[in-house]
Amino acid sequence: MFEIFEKAELAQGTVISNVIKAPSIARKAKPGQFVILRVNETGERIPLTMADTDPETGTITLIYQVVGKSTALMKSLNVGDAFQDICGPLGQPTHIEKIGTVICVGGGTGVAVLHPITKGMKEAGNQVVAIIGARTRDLLILEDKMAQASHELRVCTDDGSYGHHGFVTEVLKEYLDRKEPIAMIVAIGPVPMMKFTCKLTEGYGVKTMVSLNPIMVDGTGMCGCCRVTVDEVTRFACVDGPEFDGHKVNFDELIQRQRAYLEQEKQAMERFQGLRCQCKG
Amino acid sequence: MAEEVKKKEKIPRQKMPEQDPKVRARNFDEVPLGYSPETAQLEASRCLQCKKPTCVDGCPVQIDIPGFIKPIKEGDFSGAIMKLWEKTSLPAVCGRVCPQEAQCEALCILGRKEEPVAVGRLERFAADRQRTMGEFKLPEKAAPTGKKVAVVGSGPSGLTVAGDLILKGHEVTIFEAFHKTGGVLIYGIPEFRLPKAIVQAEVDILEKLGAKIVRNAVIGRTSTIDELFDEGFDAVYIGVGAGLPVFMNVPGENLIGIYSANEYLTRSNLMKAYKFPEYDTPIVLGKNVVVLGAGNVAMDSARTALRLGADSVKIVYRRSRDEMPARGEEIHHAEEEGVEMHLLTNPTRFFGDDQGRVVAMECIKMELGEPDASGRRRPIPIKGSEFTMETDLVVISIGAGANPLITATTPGLQTNRRGYIMADPKTGKTFKKGVWAGGDIVTGSATVILAMGAGRIAANSIHEYLMIGW
Ligand SMILES: Cc1cc2nc3c(=O)[nH]c(=O)nc-3n(C[C@H](O)[C@H](O)[C@H](O)COP(=O)(O)OP(=O)(O)OC[C@H]3O[C@@H](n4cnc5c(N)ncnc54)[C@H](O)[C@@H]3O)c2cc1C
Ligand SMILES: Cc1cc2nc3c(=O)[nH]c(=O)nc-3n(C[C@H](O)[C@H](O)[C@H](O)COP(=O)(O)OP(=O)(O)OC[C@H]3O[C@@H](n4cnc5c(N)ncnc54)[C@H](O)[C@@H]3O)c2cc1C
Ligand code: SF4
Ligand code: SF4
Ligand code: FES
Repeated sequence: MFEIFEKAELAQGTVISNVIKAPSIARKAKPGQFVILRVNETGERIPLTMADTDPETGTITLIYQVVGKSTALMKSLNVGDAFQDICGPLGQPTHIEKIGTVICVGGGTGVAVLHPITKGMKEAGNQVVAIIGARTRDLLILEDKMAQASHELRVCTDDGSYGHHGFVTEVLKEYLDRKEPIAMIVAIGPVPMMKFTCKLTEGYGVKTMVSLNPIMVDGTGMCGCCRVTVDEVTRFACVDGPEFDGHKVNFDELIQRQRAYLEQEKQAMERFQGLRCQCKG
Repeated sequence: MAEEVKKKEKIPRQKMPEQDPKVRARNFDEVPLGYSPETAQLEASRCLQCKKPTCVDGCPVQIDIPGFIKPIKEGDFSGAIMKLWEKTSLPAVCGRVCPQEAQCEALCILGRKEEPVAVGRLERFAADRQRTMGEFKLPEKAAPTGKKVAVVGSGPSGLTVAGDLILKGHEVTIFEAFHKTGGVLIYGIPEFRLPKAIVQAEVDILEKLGAKIVRNAVIGRTSTIDELFDEGFDAVYIGVGAGLPVFMNVPGENLIGIYSANEYLTRSNLMKAYKFPEYDTPIVLGKNVVVLGAGNVAMDSARTALRLGADSVKIVYRRSRDEMPARGEEIHHAEEEGVEMHLLTNPTRFFGDDQGRVVAMECIKMELGEPDASGRRRPIPIKGSEFTMETDLVVISIGAGANPLITATTPGLQTNRRGYIMADPKTGKTFKKGVWAGGDIVTGSATVILAMGAGRIAANSIHEYLMIGW
């Protein structure tokens, strides 16, 4: 069993952070890698990226957005409770080396996934600019940590309640227009945000890495559920990724495949909420 | 004496009681119900107890077939199971899923004149009887040797190695990527053919014997093979199966509603999607289902789709009935339940709606030409014979490949052109010192009993290595 050590609610309870005991994973994990967990015996297998790891305390940190039944169930767990299974580390680690100026662009919960990569890029000796965004100020996460992990942090909100009024792509464009050399851009967030970021950077010819989150089952390359089309070729995000060259990714296919179970997800959530109301009386 | 022989010949091969096809096509309960003790004894009395039993040559692990059938005839059911355990640790599994008609039963002497002895059904009977009625005495373990063995993968191959080595006194740890042990027996073969409780019972015995099982451990990621040696293991057995899905590479294959058989069956079996929403994992419920391929995996997928409420399930296969690789019984059961066979047909592309969901498939008719490398006649497309078939769920089960997760992270292991690990068939030794491999990851997709056989050979070789040397 994988016990929860710490729990925090971010973004007004829509995003949860858990520090979980998983020593053998904490020892091995590198930035960019993920785990697959099962909350309980009837649970599905949920992939989540490690936002942080501590080999010394043997813990990993997961930060997740509450979007459906499984994440809602996870939110109901408290310190001292445990997950049934956690499997990992899975996927390829981010390729981190000293290459020059790196811009890390994050949206929504994607910032949690972006944080260890940003930190790693800075520690490797790169000049790191971070641009993070959210719909509104209250939903912004990890601002302090991102400030520490980068040399320069820019914040955007869609509604203008904080920082730049508008999308992360607008701030990114400022940097691209400066015509100073940018070695790489890392963009992680909702798929439409990654898609538009890549559209923008393609015009400037700046290499852009994205982290894809298709639906997964095993995470070992056995089932093909996570297949994505990259450069016209089918790749498995769980073993070949999750990071890919964003200019080659077929985002529209990914968006469609993520919606494969919308109806069942709704049914599961309604049933879950129904059951919860009953037991609360 | 002469009279007795005559009497024996008169007893017909005993039928297996089964759930009615119409009923069972909508439930996940096991299809064959098993022999009663009386039926088993009657069937056992058909065996001629041959001095040179040809049937044994047909069994990849050389089970003493007359040896375990005789006590059944005499009503000594625990005697039968003890005899089976000398050669197999999974008799309840093999009795159910072995392709007996091509192995032991194919060579039974009775088969020349009438129907062969139902060896598989009797094996299943003995094992089920022990599990449900018999009290169980754990086999004796040899004195501890102080040696540690890592077994990677908990399919039939890995379980066999673990069972053999623990009895020989070694410390055994099984590493399994999934949260449940059993390999294909758990995630691939459906409940209605192999109840999961049976596999679990076999694993429980191993744990009682002292085998350590580490679940959620993906070797190649959680630890590499080399790191296992650093962690103190003296030998490693790789039995990770053929866990790579094969797709058709035709346009439209990534539409929603097109699954690999691995994904479809894993969702249904391992994750229990057939019990959604009680279990959280969803699965696409098709009304017009197409299954591509005609092996055991295809039959299992087709029959699963029926049970999940499909109106129509079609097997689409590019060769003819004679080339279908599935066990005879599986094809028979599938057809009884209403699965339709569309032979000499191959898909050329898939069509989707504006949501990206599959709605139809274009196929082309095939004809058989000259035999190919596998000895089977090569299917050739007939020009201009394309037609369209409506479908809302496609399961691709045209084979499996070698998963590169371990081979890509283990220097020194050698693989063949298709990516399978090269191992000496006589010992299971790979090209890397201290590392053995067997089962589907060496041979490509084969059978449960062959994977077990490879495990037994490797276990003997590992034991020799631990006690003597490489
Ligand atoms: C490699 C990877 C890393 C991820 N890292 C994070 C992370 O760090 N933080 C975070 O908040 N989210 C992350 N996700 C997404 C997260 O897995 C989904 O949000 C979660 O599975 C939703 O489950 P649910 O039951 O709460 O929602 P549901 O109602 O079941 O689904 C909501 C949406 O989540 C997606 N989803 C559903 N099931 C799965 C599944 N088995 N695998 C993947 N996606 C699924 C679908 O697009 C679906 O429409 C990651 C996904 C992947 C593939
Ligand atoms: C649907 C289906 C139906 C079948 N029907 C029959 C039948 O009727 N009769 C018959 O004889 N045969 C049948 N077979 C074939 C038979 O199941 C296989 O030949 C047999 O299971 C192979 O055994 P194995 O031990 O080599 O591997 P597997 O059973 O594949 O087990 C391998 C195990 O290793 C684990 N693993 C993989 N990679 C790693 C890793 N990196 N680290 C840790 N663990 C890992 C896997 O999760 C799995 O549990 C069928 C196969 C399928 C898929
Ligand atoms: S293990 Fe399989 S082949 Fe051998 S006797 Fe039993 S059913 Fe026949
Ligand atoms: S060949 Fe047939 S009759 Fe002879 S021992 Fe084997 S099962 Fe019995
Ligand atoms: S999740 Fe199964 S292959 Fe990637």
